[in-house]
Amino acid sequence: MSSPLLALEKVEARLGGRPVLREVSFAIEPGEFTGLIGSNGAGKTTLLRVILGLHAPTSGSVLIDGRPRARRAMPGAVGYVPQKFLLDPDVPLRARDLVGLGLDGHRLGLPLPSRDRRERVEKALAAVGAESFADARVGELSGGEQQRVLIAHALIGRPRLLLLDEPLASLDLGSGREIVSLLHRLSRAHGIAVFISAHEINPLLGAMDRVVYIAAGRVASGSTGEVVRSEVLSRLYGQHVDVLNVHGRVIVVAGEGDPADPGADFKLTHADARTAS
Amino acid sequence: MNRLLVPVFAPGFFTSGPVHTALAVGTAVAIVCGAVGVFAVVRGQSFAAETLSDVGAAGGSVSFLVGLAPLWGFLAAGAGAATVMELIGIQRPRGRDLAAGIVLGASLGLAALFLYLVATYHGTSGATIGVLFGSLFAVDPSAIPAVVALSVVSAGLVGLLQRPLLLSSLSPDLAHARGISVRFVGAIYLLALAVSVALAALTIGAILGTALLIGPAATALRLTRHPGRAMLLSGAIGVLAVWAGVVLSYDSYLWPPRGRGWPVSFFVVASVLVFYVGSAVFARSRHGRRSAGRS
Repeated sequence: MSSPLLALEKVEARLGGRPVLREVSFAIEPGEFTGLIGSNGAGKTTLLRVILGLHAPTSGSVLIDGRPRARRAMPGAVGYVPQKFLLDPDVPLRARDLVGLGLDGHRLGLPLPSRDRRERVEKALAAVGAESFADARVGELSGGEQQRVLIAHALIGRPRLLLLDEPLASLDLGSGREIVSLLHRLSRAHGIAVFISAHEINPLLGAMDRVVYIAAGRVASGSTGEVVRSEVLSRLYGQHVDVLNVHGRVIVVAGEGDPADPGADFKLTHADARTAS
Repeated sequence: MNRLLVPVFAPGFFTSGPVHTALAVGTAVAIVCGAVGVFAVVRGQSFAAETLSDVGAAGGSVSFLVGLAPLWGFLAAGAGAATVMELIGIQRPRGRDLAAGIVLGASLGLAALFLYLVATYHGTSGATIGVLFGSLFAVDPSAIPAVVALSVVSAGLVGLLQRPLLLSSLSPDLAHARGISVRFVGAIYLLALAVSVALAALTIGAILGTALLIGPAATALRLTRHPGRAMLLSGAIGVLAVWAGVVLSYDSYLWPPRGRGWPVSFFVVASVLVFYVGSAVFARSRHGRRSAGRS
């Protein structure tokens, strides 16, 4: 078998001297839909930044197509949808301008108006269902609409890997479901590998081929059946964890055992229990 | 002279040397400030511009002290301040505001000292008004080539970098992911901003300079949703404000107190304010109509 699209090997990373990622190893195959699940502060954003080349790991390697990734980010191969985004409605940028910047935002001077460029922008807007608000200012769009535009921005460069940092965090359940099914469709239709971080597993359950669970900088990866089990998550969290299956949803609950890290644990159970109710 | 024009253009307007210089310098500066100012607003760097301007005040007053053209004092101080601001890290907004605020106060203090020395040793008080509030009619015509060259460089840099600038203003991570060096783009922009601020200080004074940089840009951003168009419109608004200022100031020689003339900077800043208020009213009425049509 050929080398995976993305492979991390024993990646360690620090943030302000504090270890954030410890011995992180997993791989993503072309066209796979992978969820990165963990509570706030587990290391999700740092992991994505390491993959993008925005944060240098202290040791270990990040391989793309079996080769170490270039130090500078390369436009094209990896698309990225960031979590934090400027929302100021005063910024003079229509949705279609932002999508166009995904194609040539790194270039100098003015974009030359060409039919090819216009068509690619239209196609990317159509792929995410953003035609109806293509001429509105980005800052005036709703959270779900902005996510669609950002996904189009990332897609227009025809990446083989799409990284999304908590795209569901600020969305209501309905918009979140739409974004997940949109990503799932795009992944299947164009063979794009999707790597999406979230603090809840349930919205992604139907779409994921693989899950990477992260807690305190350590990960466990595999199919959901392999990973979302009491033994695996207990080992990951370093305390007893129960995994309950309720009507096709998963609830992860800290057990009565030894509460090694009650703070992190509370967040996890709280967040997951809320979706299940 | 045409009788109809007399009420607008007082006699001698079109043949006056200082008017020609004022129009040439003012037009070039307004265009570059318009283009550069749009990004100062979008990037939230209005306060940085104000700081650069106040440091420029100290530089401008030193140039009076040593007998140099004020433009070079504004420029050297502004570029130096931009370099320091870049080195101490402008990434963290809070650190940026604090550093800017401290430098701003110290610079105006220095300007006060230097201007006091100028008045004491050279026996002139014109420098104080010139540095702080500008005197467009007093600009030496020999400064025109330098003003035009600096305008072209500054506007050219921002025009060239506009797409990477936009992207890194929206989200540094997004820009990084596209292979843009956010730090480099930010540093180049800060330099272009420092040059524009120096030019604005020469035109309407160090204290008022940011009005020409921020006002037209903020006005244009209310009226268009297209980045390139915002830069052009902002430049055009700045040019109109400067022209209105020059004409009204020239006319004011006939107003009381007769034979003195009101400061051109006042009229420029007042015109900028009129444009801004007008655009706010216009944008609100347009927005109101649109949401009424939607419901």
